[in-house]
Amino acid sequence: MGRWLDFESNPWGQEVLQGVSLDLMYLAIGLAVLFVVGHLVWYRSRGFSEHEEAADVQGSVAGLPERIVRHTLPSRIFHWTMAASMLVLLITAFVPLLGLEFAWVTIHWIAGAVLILTIIYHVIHSIVWQDFWSMMSMGAKDFREGMSHFRHLLSSKSPEPEKPGKYPFDHRMYHQGIVVASLAAIVTGVLMTLRIKTPFWEPNAHYPLVDQAVSGLNELGDPAITVLPGAATGLVFVIHGIAGVSLILMVVAHIYFAIRPDKRWFTWAMVRGWIDREHYLAHFDPGKWSVGDGTIQESPPGGAIADSAVSAPRVDD
Amino acid sequence: MAIIRDMIPAFELFQPTTVEDALALMAEHGEGGWVLAGGLDSYDWFKDRIKRPEAVIDLGGIDELKGISDGQDGLEIGAMTTLTEIVRHERVRSEYILLADAAEHVATPQIRNQGTLGGNISQDTRCWYYRSGWACYRAGGNTCYAAAPQAMNREHAIMGTSRCVAVSPSDTAPALVALDAKMIVRGRRSSNVYDAEDFFIGPATDITRMTVLEPGDLLTQIDIPGEWANAHFYYEKVRDRGSWDFQLVSVAAAFKTSGNTIDEARIVVNGVAPFPVRLDAVERLVTGVTADEALATEAGEIAIQGSRPLKYNEYKEPMTSNLVRRAVRSVA
Repeated sequence: MGRWLDFESNPWGQEVLQGVSLDLMYLAIGLAVLFVVGHLVWYRSRGFSEHEEAADVQGSVAGLPERIVRHTLPSRIFHWTMAASMLVLLITAFVPLLGLEFAWVTIHWIAGAVLILTIIYHVIHSIVWQDFWSMMSMGAKDFREGMSHFRHLLSSKSPEPEKPGKYPFDHRMYHQGIVVASLAAIVTGVLMTLRIKTPFWEPNAHYPLVDQAVSGLNELGDPAITVLPGAATGLVFVIHGIAGVSLILMVVAHIYFAIRPDKRWFTWAMVRGWIDREHYLAHFDPGKWSVGDGTIQESPPGGAIADSAVSAPRVDD
Repeated sequence: MAIIRDMIPAFELFQPTTVEDALALMAEHGEGGWVLAGGLDSYDWFKDRIKRPEAVIDLGGIDELKGISDGQDGLEIGAMTTLTEIVRHERVRSEYILLADAAEHVATPQIRNQGTLGGNISQDTRCWYYRSGWACYRAGGNTCYAAAPQAMNREHAIMGTSRCVAVSPSDTAPALVALDAKMIVRGRRSSNVYDAEDFFIGPATDITRMTVLEPGDLLTQIDIPGEWANAHFYYEKVRDRGSWDFQLVSVAAAFKTSGNTIDEARIVVNGVAPFPVRLDAVERLVTGVTADEALATEAGEIAIQGSRPLKYNEYKEPMTSNLVRRAVRSVA
């Protein structure tokens, strides 16, 4: 059993919280490998096909085009930019700890800044041009759908689950997980960046910019109150570390599913932007993800109306 | 309550007589082991009880690590060669006076009698926050206390920092970089040769170390190539006390010249960054140019481009600039 938190002694012999220990990183890497291997073994032992099964194209194809738009160009650019910055962040954070040393700090915070910008873009884009809440909100019906799907995976005797809308339950759960971990990493990452040299500010062991932003300046020109004391640093590092190792697990799982033969059509959709009609009818409920008259819609100026146009409003109970 | 530090905490002492035995002991004790050269940096750590190794491996009995010999091309200096030997060595003085000058500027005669070249270049930084036991980045923590606006950072870095602002304390390090020395590092399974310039690493690469040496690695020899023998050299060190002190700023420069024209140059400053800084831009500026006052002044100005002083070490900018100016002017 490792030590999950890292403490150091100060000159008075007091133990001061520094962050998460390396053991937590090794645990995350171990769990990620275990998950991938376990899933592979389980999948084969259940007799599932490694390759995509023939699509069930029951249902009318009348009015449906051959290609159904799933991700508009702006959405795809966002996804791949975010993915690249996330990978750079994880590599620069953890690879030096594994022994391959290089000057990682500057690359890390620049990649973090790119991630922040892409997420700001994504939030605005989702709220203004897409059906933001269809991805974010999760109701009882969603959980029932997810459980039904999960039970069917575990036991073939379990009834066939309902087909999902545009974003299946597991995709949305993953999205929420990434949102929480990324936001935690970003908020704490910005606080940590205040302590290093960047072109934007002088480094400081404490957080005067935070204090000043919250409390303003007193007559001496100093922050009126200390909102975030230096002693909070350890906690900031712990949250950043936990978010980081969580992201290792989530990113490994994401890449694993993205390259699995039976899921690769999802990945291709993120590359090309569309799925074919057979996949649409086989894997989605047209009642929950309506493609209207089926016309492949070009991205209008400024974005991704196509994304919202093909997403039916979600009806919760 | 005062902290009583009258005794060094106990450790197990090993005195190998061969490099192989030393490497085996280092491998056996891993991060709990401590390699002792002259002991002048090590015993400070032990007495202050900041470092408490379980095993100390004293290299003093390994003869193959001592002495200066003629190599195929230049000089081969054992890592355990004392600084006094280097200062007095005839060929060092005649062909590589830069190194002798730098070694002679280390501390006091007594310390130079005991201190070794390997120890001098591998010694740890003197940042007092770090050496006083603060859990700073370099000590494995998450804060640089010396970079805080209220910190006492008169001796700290003005360039090359990344979270940590401590400086390299070695006097011989910039001379070895200027001479394009090669560091022979032996591990249990392999040997590596590093250019002196690459031997010293900054906090951006590893914030807990000042050199490439990892636990299990042993610096065994420093080779000085013949390429820069008998070049025009310049060494100057500025310190608070002329008799005995670490540098505030130092410069070590080697020039190949044709009359007053600089054909090639290697100019290195130390005390301004966590590692000896080779001034590539200055070298490009002066190469192929006749040295005069104007060139020297321009070189001094370029030397500090990009520097970012802390609250109390702004003086290092003009000091560095002036030392580089004087180095270039020495050719004129």
